[in-house]
Amino acid sequence: MSLRLEQASLRIGARHLVRDVTIEVLPARITALIGPNGAGKSTALRLLAGLWSPTGGRASLDGTGLSRLPRRLLARRISFVPQETRIDVPFTVQELVMMGRHPHLGRFDAPGPADAAAVAAAMSRADVAHLTDRPVTELSGGERRRAVIARSLATGSHVILLDEPTANLDVDHVIETLTLLRELAAGGATIALALHDLNIVARWADAVGVLDGGRLQAVGPPGAVLDDDLVASVFGVQVERLTARDGRSTLVFHRRRAG
Amino acid sequence: MTGAGRRPGVLGAAWVGLPLLAILLAAAVVAAISIGSTGIAWGTVVRVLGARALPHGWIDLRDVSEAEQVIIWLIRLPRVVVAALVGAALAVAGTQMQGLFRNPLAEPSVIGISQGAALGAVAAFVSGLAAAAVFWLPLFAFAGALAALVTVYTIATSAGRTPVATLLLAGIALGSLATAIATLLISMSVVNWQVANEVVFWLMGGLDNRTWAHVWICLPPVAVGAVAARWHTRDLDLLLLGEETAASLGVDVERVRRTILATAALLTGAAVAVSGVIGFVGLIVPHMLRLALGPSNRILLPAAMLGGAFFLVVCDLLARTIHPPTEIRLGIITAACGAPFFLYLLRRQRGGFGAL
Repeated sequence: MSLRLEQASLRIGARHLVRDVTIEVLPARITALIGPNGAGKSTALRLLAGLWSPTGGRASLDGTGLSRLPRRLLARRISFVPQETRIDVPFTVQELVMMGRHPHLGRFDAPGPADAAAVAAAMSRADVAHLTDRPVTELSGGERRRAVIARSLATGSHVILLDEPTANLDVDHVIETLTLLRELAAGGATIALALHDLNIVARWADAVGVLDGGRLQAVGPPGAVLDDDLVASVFGVQVERLTARDGRSTLVFHRRRAG
Repeated sequence: MTGAGRRPGVLGAAWVGLPLLAILLAAAVVAAISIGSTGIAWGTVVRVLGARALPHGWIDLRDVSEAEQVIIWLIRLPRVVVAALVGAALAVAGTQMQGLFRNPLAEPSVIGISQGAALGAVAAFVSGLAAAAVFWLPLFAFAGALAALVTVYTIATSAGRTPVATLLLAGIALGSLATAIATLLISMSVVNWQVANEVVFWLMGGLDNRTWAHVWICLPPVAVGAVAARWHTRDLDLLLLGEETAASLGVDVERVRRTILATAALLTGAAVAVSGVIGFVGLIVPHMLRLALGPSNRILLPAAMLGGAFFLVVCDLLARTIHPPTEIRLGIITAACGAPFFLYLLRRQRGGFGAL
């Protein structure tokens, strides 16, 4: 399934959060939206998720406008993992992941064997099966994010959108999370992330869209898009490229000097 | 409080918690019917109730006096049933409010809904409509509850967020305003002393002289409210995770929120219409049950119905029997239990539901 924004804008009052953005998010790859704070990454991601409706242009899933899809159907197709996964209520991990089945259940239905199976599969996929009966309020940030990812897997959606999935995670959890997303993409899922860490983007993303001031500045594979000039103009820093042990480059940023 | 490690799963809580609450409620009902100015053996109570439920002739009531049957059937049972309905309604409304506002301190009387309902009821009394036809009182109470709720909610919400402090302050302010207007109406009607007297006494909250007519007034809205609450059980769970998450999982947040609020107002209005203002039931009962059974509304809502009914039947029994022959007003008993508990919660609350 592929998601598409066409000339999409979101205006609140006189301010455009995003403006005339056209981007396609394709299956079996990780697409990253990057840009400085306030560039419109999260907004664009929410337009793709159908959580907000564009005030201009259009957001569509395989050609069908998101605003025309019923909400429950949309929830079965597209799942969204917010940046802030703090949960105040001591639901168990199992209960939390089961909430991903909501769009499949009728009003008075109790979850059945198919739902239990989907939840179990999602929990083992996201490596939270050992946390089944733990209250989510007691989990670490990394565990909680994985539990929320498990919930999004439990919806059975093929499109997973994540807002800053690596924020506030220890480095090992960052790698764990990205590895999981990589595997999901390899299995055919459509994955899009809003990210601000350019090194993660360079290393993990298959495609990248660069936003600045609500407008799309560039789009394409990270190797082609993240050149020194673009990084300098969008982020206002100078880039130095070091070669890591695996032969890929790692970016180091320096304050921009005159000349 | 979050106890270390595991807590009972949904199934465990359902299999143990709900039957236990049902047994407690049944025991409280029998006790409340048997205890009073005329004591009736609990075995007699069970037999008289059973004789009505079972086919004619299965239970022999020849040794039970006519007076005892009248006391059980026409005096004590309707009062107990009204207490149970009111308790269930208030506890379910409280559970819904706490879930919706994601705050364990939200409750119909804390945020002004009960006062709004009371104002509506006072208006019905003072205008004379309450005496004209039975449905005016519940109708006015319901309208008052709804109006108060919408006002508080609108004032306290900005940019989709409902901060607790704003909510409570708006609720306090509106509650006081509603009470002031109600008092004004009463003071203007003192020319008709009997009406004013009736209203003031009624406002304190109580279940004296409740009859089957009162049961029939509050049963339909409570039944409708219970079904509506059940209808939105999972939506309420999802709303606890935040509105954006709920929306991304297929909840129509705005519509669900309006329906749940209207349900809470309906239940509160129904309760106030037959019992006056009875505070804190909607606060304490869901709270205790959430500690014991976990936050999942699938268990919590039915548990709140049973637990609220049990709590109010017991409180009403205390109101009748602490200082006979004088009855202590029921609202005073629930406030005496509830206010200290509320203060205790305020003390220990550290961060929303997480502190529970």
